[in-house]
Amino acid sequence: MESCNCIEPQWPPDDLLMKYQYISDFFIALAYFSIPLELIYFVKKSAVFPYRWVLVQFGAFIVLCGATHLINLWTFTVHSRTVASVMTTAKVLTAAVSCITALMLVHIIPDLLSVKTRELFLKNKAAELDREMGLIRTQEETGRHVRMLTHEIRSTLDRHTILKTTLVELGRTLALEECALWMPTRTGLELQLSYTLRQQNPVGYTVPIHHPVINQVFSSNRAVKISPNCPVARLRPAGKYMPGEVVAVRVPLLHLSNFHINDWPELSTKRYALMVLMLPSDSARQWHVHELELVEVVADQVAVALSHAAILEESMRARDLLMEQNVALDLARREAETAIRARNDFLAVMNHEMRTPMHAIIALSSLLQETELTPEQRLMVETILKSSNLLATLINDVLDLSRLEDGSLQLDLGTFNLYAVFREVLNLIKPIASVKKLHVSLTLAPDLPEYAIGDEKRLMQTILNIVGNAVKFSKEGSISITAFVAKLDTLRDSKAPEFLPVLSDNIFYLRVQVKDSGSGINPLDIPKLFTKFAQNQSTGTRNSGGSGLGLAICKRFVNLMEGHIWIESEGLGKGCTAILIVKLGMAERVNESKLPYMPKMPTNHGQTAFPGLKVLVMDENGVSRMVTKGLLLHLGCDVTMVGSSDECLRLVSHEHKVVFMDICVPGIDSYGITIRIHEKFTKRHERPLLVALTGNTDKVKKENCMRAGMDGLILKPVSLDKMRSVLTDLLEHRVFFEAI
Amino acid sequence: MEVGQMQRRLVDYTKSLFMEGFLDAQFLQLQQLQDESNPDFVVEVVSLFFDDSEKLLNDLTMALDQPNVDFKKVDAHVHQLKGSSSSIGAQRVKNACIAFRSFCEEQNIDATLRCLQQVKQEYYLVKNKLETMLRLEQQIVAAGGSIPMIELGF
Repeated sequence: MESCNCIEPQWPPDDLLMKYQYISDFFIALAYFSIPLELIYFVKKSAVFPYRWVLVQFGAFIVLCGATHLINLWTFTVHSRTVASVMTTAKVLTAAVSCITALMLVHIIPDLLSVKTRELFLKNKAAELDREMGLIRTQEETGRHVRMLTHEIRSTLDRHTILKTTLVELGRTLALEECALWMPTRTGLELQLSYTLRQQNPVGYTVPIHHPVINQVFSSNRAVKISPNCPVARLRPAGKYMPGEVVAVRVPLLHLSNFHINDWPELSTKRYALMVLMLPSDSARQWHVHELELVEVVADQVAVALSHAAILEESMRARDLLMEQNVALDLARREAETAIRARNDFLAVMNHEMRTPMHAIIALSSLLQETELTPEQRLMVETILKSSNLLATLINDVLDLSRLEDGSLQLDLGTFNLYAVFREVLNLIKPIASVKKLHVSLTLAPDLPEYAIGDEKRLMQTILNIVGNAVKFSKEGSISITAFVAKLDTLRDSKAPEFLPVLSDNIFYLRVQVKDSGSGINPLDIPKLFTKFAQNQSTGTRNSGGSGLGLAICKRFVNLMEGHIWIESEGLGKGCTAILIVKLGMAERVNESKLPYMPKMPTNHGQTAFPGLKVLVMDENGVSRMVTKGLLLHLGCDVTMVGSSDECLRLVSHEHKVVFMDICVPGIDSYGITIRIHEKFTKRHERPLLVALTGNTDKVKKENCMRAGMDGLILKPVSLDKMRSVLTDLLEHRVFFEAI
Repeated sequence: MEVGQMQRRLVDYTKSLFMEGFLDAQFLQLQQLQDESNPDFVVEVVSLFFDDSEKLLNDLTMALDQPNVDFKKVDAHVHQLKGSSSSIGAQRVKNACIAFRSFCEEQNIDATLRCLQQVKQEYYLVKNKLETMLRLEQQIVAAGGSIPMIELGF
């Protein structure tokens, strides 16, 4: 061994120190070798370690360091060159790797550190989420409770059940000690304890409503924590326990009319009930926000459920009421119908009963008038006749009116001559008017159609009534009647809003105005005019007569004719104008055979009745003879005329089928002729039929005729139709005696 | 004056005759008997009536002028007149005749004379009316129109 050029004096290796170094190195090596093993082991165990490459590097580094220290063990003693070279290699390698590792670590360690922070961050986040989850779960729980509660509450429509259920469910859900409901009393000044959870029968304990705490609760729609010492919260006897927290919430009592479907109730109603909830005493539980929310929601639901219940009760009550009313109305209707039927029957019977004597009176009075009477008697009879006519009119009016009101009256529509109606009215009214020295004028517009379709009789009745009234109530002056076709604009401004004329092609509206210069009417009285039985007493004289029904009937007729009638007057003494508008149908080019206004046309049916029937007429009176001849000619007979019995006997032949003899002339021996004719024609089928014409209604004569051998007797005057039917009968039955 | 107006006037006039009692329904019957085969029936009958009545009235006047009135004859004449007037529908004449006859039965000269006057008066009245009416008809026919028929509507 060469001597080393050491600075320090070489000291011989100390054995003790050497030993310790030797041991330390050994252990270091051991440690160095075991660390990577451990690392590998644990890394293998965990799958997520991201830095394998680093680990390998580190492992290599440590292994090499270990190796170095291990090899160092050999260098304590004298060692060979191989060992020295191995040692050197190891050291070099170690140096390299450790440098690289060191460089690597510079990059890696910040990463590792940040991993840690991220881990921390994530843990925080997880904790936060956990908290939120907890919150959500509680909310969901609350929601479930609310739904269940609502379901329970709404499953019944009985008010008490609703409230009881609310309290029970709330108590269960929130684990309450006590839950109570205070309702306002009728007076609204106090709150009365109505329902509680635990106590079965609340005492009826009241609290004045204007307590500050109560006002506070009522003024907000949230659940409010109140002090357990508040009068509403003192539900339990004060015990030795520490009372739990109390919360109160208002329950709006919705009044029916305030409940709108679309907008949630404006709490304009001031009526609230109070719900008080107490947590168990001594439990140190606090009211949580979600619990308060639950309570608020429940309070609202209760309000809704209560109003539904109230509505239902109301509607049931209303329905019952309606049913009762229906029954009553039905009964009333049936009674009314019975009454109407009874009245109609009565009227029908009375009508007939009344008319029969009336008819007798009128007929006999008229007949009486025809006979010879002294002037006083005549006056009396005329008065009787006039009064009975008036009475008959009244009866008719009453019957008409009742039929009109029932709606059972129907118009008799037909084609008629409109001009003729007016002329009739004029003619009927002229005598009276001339007596009162009133001047009546009629003006028909040129465009007024001559023929119309409507109810002629009733139209005339109406116009006559109006004109009659005009005459009746005028003492002097003039009356003017104008009639024209109403144009659309004049129709519209008639004074009835409900009068809606509809124009169409075959109808027109007739407008008649009757203006008089009489006593006029107070405009205030005008509406009453058309009411039945109301006669205007202020105007007109007492003996104006009439029943007061006339205008009422007119109005109804006019209504039936889909028209309108009204009266205008400027006042008393200023006359008045009656205006009527009725709907009439337009008559087309009229079928002329229907009309009385006929041009001469060949009446065929007359001529073919008895064509060529040979007839002999014997009558002394030239005119009478001519008329009879005319009659028979018209019927198509072949007439021979004779003026005396001799002529008759001379001319009569078997060709003549009928011989008409006028036997009312004295001096003619009609029986003689009859007998002689019988003698002349022995064979029955050759003999003409012998018919007597007489104006005399003498039964004796009739018997004489029959006995003498006449085949027939007719009373004069003979109308065309009568002659026709007589001949028909005669030729069929070979005998015809008119009933006398 | 155009036809329509004349026709209306005729109708009105005729109607007034009916209303005032100069004519009755029998006259209508006569009018109905007038047709194409018998176009002047009414005129003929009316003319005949006039002639007949004139004669009868003359006879009556003469008969009642006699110192010894033969009521039977008078009655016979009146009966004839009654028959004619009723056949034609001259109502008032007929009524007057009826009254006349009753007085004839009583053989009351003064009354019968009065009745005669009455009858004459009625006769002249109705004659006048009928003549007017017939003239109107002629005018209408001359103007080319047709004679309207009357229908009593009341």
